[in-house]
Amino acid sequence: MNSAKKKELEITAAKIRIKALETVRTAGSGHIGGSFSIADILAVLYFDKMNIDPADPKWEDRDRFVLSKGHCTPTAYTTLAMRGFFPVEDLATFRNIDSYLSGHIEMKHVPGVDMSAGSLGQGVSCAVGMALSAKTYGKDYTTYAIAGDGEIQEGQIWEAAMSAGFYHLDNLILFVDYNGLQLDGRLTEVMDPSPIDEKFRAFGWNALVIDGHDVEAISAAIDLAKASKGKPTAIIAKTVKGKGTTAFEDKVQFHGSYPTEEEFEIAFRELNENLARLEKEYADIISGERKG
Amino acid sequence: MSEKISTRVAYGKALAEFGGDENIVVLDADLAICTMSCYFRDKYPERYFNMGIAEANMIDVAAGFATTGKTAFCHSFASFTAGRGYDQIRQSIAYPNLNVKVVGSHAGLTVGEDGATHQCIEDLSLMRTIPGMTVICPCDANEARLAFKAMLDYEGPCYFRTGRDDLDVVTDKIEGYRFELGKGSLLKDGSDVTVIATGLMVQIALKACEILEKEGISVRLIDMHTIKPLDQEIILKAAKETGAIVTAEEHNVIGGLGSAVSEVLARNYPAPVEMVGVEDVFGRSGHSDELLVRYGLTKEHIVECAKRAIARK
Repeated sequence: MNSAKKKELEITAAKIRIKALETVRTAGSGHIGGSFSIADILAVLYFDKMNIDPADPKWEDRDRFVLSKGHCTPTAYTTLAMRGFFPVEDLATFRNIDSYLSGHIEMKHVPGVDMSAGSLGQGVSCAVGMALSAKTYGKDYTTYAIAGDGEIQEGQIWEAAMSAGFYHLDNLILFVDYNGLQLDGRLTEVMDPSPIDEKFRAFGWNALVIDGHDVEAISAAIDLAKASKGKPTAIIAKTVKGKGTTAFEDKVQFHGSYPTEEEFEIAFRELNENLARLEKEYADIISGERKG
Repeated sequence: MSEKISTRVAYGKALAEFGGDENIVVLDADLAICTMSCYFRDKYPERYFNMGIAEANMIDVAAGFATTGKTAFCHSFASFTAGRGYDQIRQSIAYPNLNVKVVGSHAGLTVGEDGATHQCIEDLSLMRTIPGMTVICPCDANEARLAFKAMLDYEGPCYFRTGRDDLDVVTDKIEGYRFELGKGSLLKDGSDVTVIATGLMVQIALKACEILEKEGISVRLIDMHTIKPLDQEIILKAAKETGAIVTAEEHNVIGGLGSAVSEVLARNYPAPVEMVGVEDVFGRSGHSDELLVRYGLTKEHIVECAKRAIARK
């Protein structure tokens, strides 16, 4: 990945976080922490890797994405809107009674959503079905999924892992958002699922451990997964819950709590400062290329 | 006497018979020779997936297939699809309205000696309370085949209940019998009382009708193979014309056919209802014939309930 592309994706992720926070603020609720921890992964998937067409969201050969941690709609819906699946202005209706943008991710009414999810532990199985369908019917698309690190406490995740390994689904790539926090506290205190990578390997998967906020590392891991034959790949993405601002980072209450005015103010200021810095760096890269 | 055949075998044969459609995929959870998905497996192995003893995953994998435009059939005992898989069916099949057909075999008491853990008497209740589900419970092999075909032609989430025991085939001998999804089948006309039965209880009800007719009581018999959407019209017509209703099901009296019929009557045309079913208790090990007697799922009990309903007019 060249430095301009890298910076573009970082800018996209920064914009996703800002718009997602505006969306939560307008709605009066929403899950910020886990939404922010996956923003960089979403940016790489939807703005670099996935073979999709916003003008034809049901295109049968498209790559699929399942947000198994279905509560992380603030960044997921924002990503789809910014990618052109529906108007960005509609995000202002998020969670409203007359809106099509529900609290948890929903496929029937939201363009670009490939699977509904909410009750944790189910989305990976659904992704297995999509990947198995591609294998059965000779389709080339890749199926991506994101599960939470707390979510993998659900036993069904390991049923899904067993079946994906058994059916050699090398067209399936699962991100585990390893931010270390869940609603009731730290994973290590509630129910520690580690070592996560070794568990997936034991079920017949490749497992990669990366920095989940490094767009280059995310992109490289996807390339490795796609090049691998005969096995699904789990990308254990080490992340920070609430990533992007000191207001939310690694704070357990921002699984689902609504910030105070002061926290909103700090968050927007830091997120916007970061975006300005990234845009300046991008401008420097472009002007450097021109001079070069 | 014609050959006896279970609804699960008839279902499995129909699945294989109509399984040539390339869009059909079939999943099972290590019970292929019990649910009878094995007939399809042997004919179309390339579209058959054994998911192991992991029903929750199987149901959601079926949902994933359905999002790619396939018609996915998934199988296990009723206890392990409708029961264990309830949340998966609710969230990943019914809520997104996917074209998945969930089959629950060995439903009710007649799984027999395996006992209460495997005797699902709650599946009709669980499935019919999920918005958008179609719930089907055929009464014999002939109807199971017709119901399968109707389910295949219908696009949307369905639950299909089958039983373990070999049963007489009765519907093919009834003049004017026809099957339409969502419409109760009138098996016998009558004016004093109406018996509305589903599944195995239909043929037990037929025997009860013979007894009642000998005693000079005119009985109407409705085979309610589709529990949802429920045929309100045929129920209300029966209530108005016969004034007394008996329901009969191999299921808990709470939440199943009896409840569904009562809901329709209570909201539209109150009439006396007597219910034949399992009286909110778990089953036990035993031969299926013994169990039906022990829990009151008999022609004699239907006769008794018919008289009681008439007396309450």
